[in-house]
Amino acid sequence: MKLRRVVVTGLGIVSPLGANVETVWKNILDGKSGAKKVDEFDVSDLACQIACRIPLGDTADGHFNPDDWMDVKEQRKVDPFIVYAMAAAGQALQDSGFEAKTDEQKERAGVLIGSGIGGVGGIYDASITLAEKGPRRISPFFIPGRLINLASGYVSIRHGLKGPNHSVVTACSTGAHAIGDAARLIALDDADVMVAGGAESPVNRLSLAGFAACRALSTGFNDDPQRASRPYDKDRDGFVMGEGAGTVILEEYEHAKARGAKIYGEVVGYGLSGDAHHITAPAEDGNGGYRSMQAAIKRAGLDVSDIDYVNAHGTSTPLGDEIELGAVTRLMGDHAKNVTMSSTKSAVGHLLGAAGAVEAIFSVLAMRDNMAPPTINLDNPSVETEIDLVPNKAKAKEINVALSNSFGFGGTNASLVFKKLN
Amino acid sequence: MSDIADRVRKIVVEHLNVDADKVTEKASFIDDLGADSLDQVELVMAFEEEFSVEIPDDAAESIQTFGDAVSFLEKAVK
Repeated sequence: MKLRRVVVTGLGIVSPLGANVETVWKNILDGKSGAKKVDEFDVSDLACQIACRIPLGDTADGHFNPDDWMDVKEQRKVDPFIVYAMAAAGQALQDSGFEAKTDEQKERAGVLIGSGIGGVGGIYDASITLAEKGPRRISPFFIPGRLINLASGYVSIRHGLKGPNHSVVTACSTGAHAIGDAARLIALDDADVMVAGGAESPVNRLSLAGFAACRALSTGFNDDPQRASRPYDKDRDGFVMGEGAGTVILEEYEHAKARGAKIYGEVVGYGLSGDAHHITAPAEDGNGGYRSMQAAIKRAGLDVSDIDYVNAHGTSTPLGDEIELGAVTRLMGDHAKNVTMSSTKSAVGHLLGAAGAVEAIFSVLAMRDNMAPPTINLDNPSVETEIDLVPNKAKAKEINVALSNSFGFGGTNASLVFKKLN
Repeated sequence: MSDIADRVRKIVVEHLNVDADKVTEKASFIDDLGADSLDQVELVMAFEEEFSVEIPDDAAESIQTFGDAVSFLEKAVK
């Protein structure tokens, strides 16, 4: 069976640097940071007291107003990751101009939105209710409002999308796997249109304590949050948690062309691999990431020398950054000196299950504008490299092909390759 | 209207996000006020919490309208 071509026709985002695509992208290119000291709840006893938070306010100002995306009554029933997914999906559909009107359109359009840890905040709150007030006080919305696939469920109900309804849970690779898997559903003719991405709302005491216990979070910049996320820098000491959602509209190429849709680019490659090494630590040889990139480039029918820009996983953890850099360097070989690679986690933090989705969006925008976003706070690289890591300032460069990496706990790796339409 | 009715109305308005003047004696939670079966379970829980009473499942099923809730609670709270 011949695979059908899949293109990106819409983008939607809610992130710590804004709640619409153009606002976020401008802030990223300007080298801004979304990190701040957490002041919405007590963090005094936590090792990591900072996070990248979504700016609340008017939608028109690029801030996030949940009421514009979901009925107030419904918002109360769900964890915020579902509200973020509704906002990002609503924006992406608006941007694409696609609306499922006929029965056939509805049945050929689906949703695949994942989350790394889903409704942890709500589970935490309900546990306290159970302990203090007993089982009769547990809301009937407790389960449906925390389930990870309910992001896809709510989006499908809101927009009448009756095609494949699916979800992904692969920790920090979730967003990339969701986009890759959704593209395959279209390529294999199971759907013509997919709303795909990831969403996460992890900023609460329980998640901060848990990730800190894994020794994954930055703990040395509690008084200087904007400098904490610093991938590849010698002073990096862990990631900074972020929150939000990213979704893309994926569409079969002829379907998009027939309705005159704006096309951002083509999803040409998707590669997956497993480390089979350790539950949280990446394998030191970087072989898992190497193979997921290699598989994605092979699927794209491209050569490593075609890769213009890499949006790195680059979380700012002491171990992971150099392992990924090593894998990219080995894979690129002689082409390494021409490769531009940056980590936008330096700016928006690590959005966990949403990371791969927002970074896919940044990769697509890097192609659209021929601009590589910067790795901010990269003042003193911890290793020498031929690869241009775009320290602190965005860089103009012709970008026709972009690769985006995501690696997750459990040793799960995903790479996506996007290409401009000729 | 009794104090109990005011308190019940406040809960209904908050949970179902409806205007207070729609919450009339005969208003059905599901047919008139946009609730689904899960909303109705949650409403009953909110009544239990507010009035510190236990509403058994069979009694809960008989509470279909605002008036049903008020009359049940007026008896239960005495």
